Amino acid sequence: MGCVSTSTVLLIVGAFLASAVEMVEALTIVLGVGIVRGWRSTLIGVGAATVVLATLVAALGPALRVVPIGTLRLVVGALLLAFGLQWLRKAILRSSGFVSHKDEDAAFRRQREQAAAARREERAGLDWYSFTVAFKGVLLEGLEVVFIVISFGSAQGRIGLASAGAAAAFVLVIGAGVLARGPLERVPENTIKFVVGLLLTTFGCFWGAEGAGVDWPGDELSLLGVLAFLGAASFMFVRVLRRRRLAVAPMEAPA
Amino acid sequence: MSYIRSFALFWWNFVVGDDWRVAAGLAVALGLTSLLTHEDVNAWWLLPLAIGLLLAGSLWREARRVS
Repeated sequence: MGCVSTSTVLLIVGAFLASAVEMVEALTIVLGVGIVRGWRSTLIGVGAATVVLATLVAALGPALRVVPIGTLRLVVGALLLAFGLQWLRKAILRSSGFVSHKDEDAAFRRQREQAAAARREERAGLDWYSFTVAFKGVLLEGLEVVFIVISFGSAQGRIGLASAGAAAAFVLVIGAGVLARGPLERVPENTIKFVVGLLLTTFGCFWGAEGAGVDWPGDELSLLGVLAFLGAASFMFVRVLRRRRLAVAPMEAPA
Repeated sequence: MSYIRSFALFWWNFVVGDDWRVAAGLAVALGLTSLLTHEDVNAWWLLPLAIGLLLAGSLWREARRVS
């Protein structure tokens, strides 16, 4: 029971945080366009992208149930590992000062400037710029959410739980966006990406190895062991890289 | 043709990302794990170890490139 709870909690937390961070980025794009050029075409773009994403989840979820669980875990584990390590690598580089932090406020200003400068073109009764930018923004950020929800959910046979985590993130981010009427620049995006990178890599490692035939000592409890190992290694990498950065450029290093 | 190219490029960036060596290393590590388990060696330790080494290598390369 305890083991099941561990993986369930990690599954929901992972789906929630990964979805929240992608939705913050999508919200910045949608707000930047909607505030400058009006909401009708922008929201139709958001709605169209949401329909495409929901269709993907509805179609892929049941289709994956026919794949043998061992094969599914191997493939999903490999994909999660590749994907999770990208997040983790970037978060470590940002934390150590080798890559600059993402600034949602600056992205919002840039989006507004581009929206104001774009010429108006009507197609199918819509402001085509607003529609396409909102559609693309939500679709591209949403694809990552769909990928995480499907891979997390299918490998554990709990797409519903992973979807619930993503839905909770959607409600929270949209609610906060409506209240703030601006981009959510105070969200500690890199910290969340760090945690999500760790969770994606941990699940990827666990399922990938299981799919390859490994029996984990302690079964699902070993998820915590892998998480602790990767967490400790990542913090050590941040410290080492910070020290290296200080040695190379002492005046530019962060406080 | 350019549509297919863009589509392939999108998925390459989506899955492989900035450092293809990490993705290739993961494939090798998973293959080795599978091989060892088929030889009755429960190599649960191999993948976490490989992840640590691949991540360290990738970070080191990027840090050297930037500085």
